[in-house]
Amino acid sequence: MPQDPQLRSHGHALRTPLLALGIGLAVLVLGLATAGYPPLPALAALWRGALGSPDAILSALLPRAIPLILIGLGIGLAFRAGAFNIGAEGQFYAGAIAATWVGLALGTWPRLVAVPTVLLAGFAAGLAWAAVPALLRVRFGVLEVISTLLLNFVAEALVSWMVLGPLQESKHTYPQSDPLPWAARLPQFPGSRLHLGLLVALCLALALWLFGRRTLAGFQLRAVGLSPAAARVMGGVRPERFFAAALLVSGAFAGLAGASEVSGTTFALFQNLSPGFGFTGIAVALLARLHPLGIVATGLLFAGLEAGAGAMQRDAGVPAVAVYVVEAVVILTIVLADPAARRAGAAATDPASR
Amino acid sequence: MDLLETFLTAAVRVATPLLLAALGETIAERAGVINLGIEGAMLAGALGAALGATAGGPLLGVAAATAAGLCISLLFAVVAVRFRANQIITGTAVTLAAVGLTGAIYRDAYGAEGVGLSLPTLGILPVPGLSRIPVLGEALFAQSALTYAAYLLVACCWWLLYRTSWGLGLRAAGEAAEHARASGVAVARVRMIAVLIGGALAGLAGASLVLAQVGTFAEKMTAGRGFIAIAIVVLGGWHPVRVALAALFFGAAMALQFLFQSFLLGVPYQLFLMLPYLLTLLVLAGAWGRTRAPGDLGRS
Repeated sequence: MPQDPQLRSHGHALRTPLLALGIGLAVLVLGLATAGYPPLPALAALWRGALGSPDAILSALLPRAIPLILIGLGIGLAFRAGAFNIGAEGQFYAGAIAATWVGLALGTWPRLVAVPTVLLAGFAAGLAWAAVPALLRVRFGVLEVISTLLLNFVAEALVSWMVLGPLQESKHTYPQSDPLPWAARLPQFPGSRLHLGLLVALCLALALWLFGRRTLAGFQLRAVGLSPAAARVMGGVRPERFFAAALLVSGAFAGLAGASEVSGTTFALFQNLSPGFGFTGIAVALLARLHPLGIVATGLLFAGLEAGAGAMQRDAGVPAVAVYVVEAVVILTIVLADPAARRAGAAATDPASR
Repeated sequence: MDLLETFLTAAVRVATPLLLAALGETIAERAGVINLGIEGAMLAGALGAALGATAGGPLLGVAAATAAGLCISLLFAVVAVRFRANQIITGTAVTLAAVGLTGAIYRDAYGAEGVGLSLPTLGILPVPGLSRIPVLGEALFAQSALTYAAYLLVACCWWLLYRTSWGLGLRAAGEAAEHARASGVAVARVRMIAVLIGGALAGLAGASLVLAQVGTFAEKMTAGRGFIAIAIVVLGGWHPVRVALAALFFGAAMALQFLFQSFLLGVPYQLFLMLPYLLTLLVLAGAWGRTRAPGDLGRS
């Protein structure tokens, strides 16, 4: 009996990510053993930190998944259009700064208005931060890979200035902002640190999925990513528009992630607010093969991994940065095993499309 | 020593790691490979230098740094060249891996929140005679051995690219891989070697950062210097001599940052931290149209 091609492709879609994850964890265990940490207690701590208790799930895993899903969705969209946005980290910070600034000023507003305003401020700031590389690429031919990367460092310096200067707490003791007023905080589920940002992330994932499947623009976007020249000639689209738009939206999503982190989790701005969300977001998007609904799953997965890594550091003394190695291995396995991911971005580095 | 000489000396010292990394990346990019992993290779080189210098002095540090850079770029070469995976994504992942590995090894070797590590450094070796030249002598010829190595490497790199048949094949592989292949160039092997040379030089750049500039190691201490080196390659038009001049220009910009910090006390220092990155963006935007990338750059 001939196999249903749809089914076969779904089976294939799951095989590569599972393989990647397996290899990533195997490398972790191997690394732990070589460095002299007993792997079993370390893995047990990883499990406890991620899924060991309702509290771990509600207050560590799920809140951590929110920025990862939002950033992953943006990066997935950008990569589909062939735009290599490696600057989500900077866009996240731009969003966080704007959200803090706006949030601190809105103490007297009703919460129903203040919270959306704060989120919108982050969204807009991330978009503006991504507008620079988009403009540089479309107007001046500067590769967005390099410009987005460089702007990460600018954003980090900007945060450092903000929390020591204009946005420093009124006591002027620590390099952090004042806590956001209650009105500017995303509502949390009682007894946990999980906030409403999760719902926002899930809705956006659904919206992006529908956009990709059901709209002409979504189809054109993919066409541009696969071959800008073909999309221009056969589809009559202007690749640079889709390219720039995807870059802007992905920046806006990262900015929204920054706002939701400040407004829902930390309630204040400080340096190192992001433990590398922008880079983990790349792994999240690639592991899901850029599929919006898949990104929800991989976002949860990496959030579990990172929450677990925190517990691993506390309980077993394993440096939490080791989790970056797992992420790198996952990314490398995906680009090696998946011809689509290999091809993706043929457009981005194609001199002809500049 | 007056202010100008101090500034120029600092400029060349700061430019050295950028120059070493940019030269390596020039070779890789002329072969058609854009390697974002050199940031990671440089970071690994920096940690290698620290570990080596702690164990057996600065010379061992230099050797360990080169080896570390080589290992990291081997990972990139296998994935991106041998298996032809996307170069941008592979480079990002390799840098991510290096951040994780160096962070974990550093914490393992020196403790979690180790106080500033103090390392034996490479001394300054003034070249007799030349270092007495007014104004520029001190800056160019009273540096560490790694700076002189960088000068030599500029010449070597130029000779390799433009005066050897291997270099001709390498440039052909970068311009038009299919044509090069048809005329008998082993494109994959040439690219592999080019990436490895680039990685070794990035490791050396890490060594010069740690052993001739900072004297200590910190997590993520390269702070984007590898990425700036990639911008320098563009600015230098993929030509070793012009790349060297571009690196000196950036060294000067970064040294200016220290100068400003000590003079303009009212201005927040973070604004000066942004300077090199913003300058890079400006210069890249301005360089457009005046330089041309190798034809097959980035195509796996």
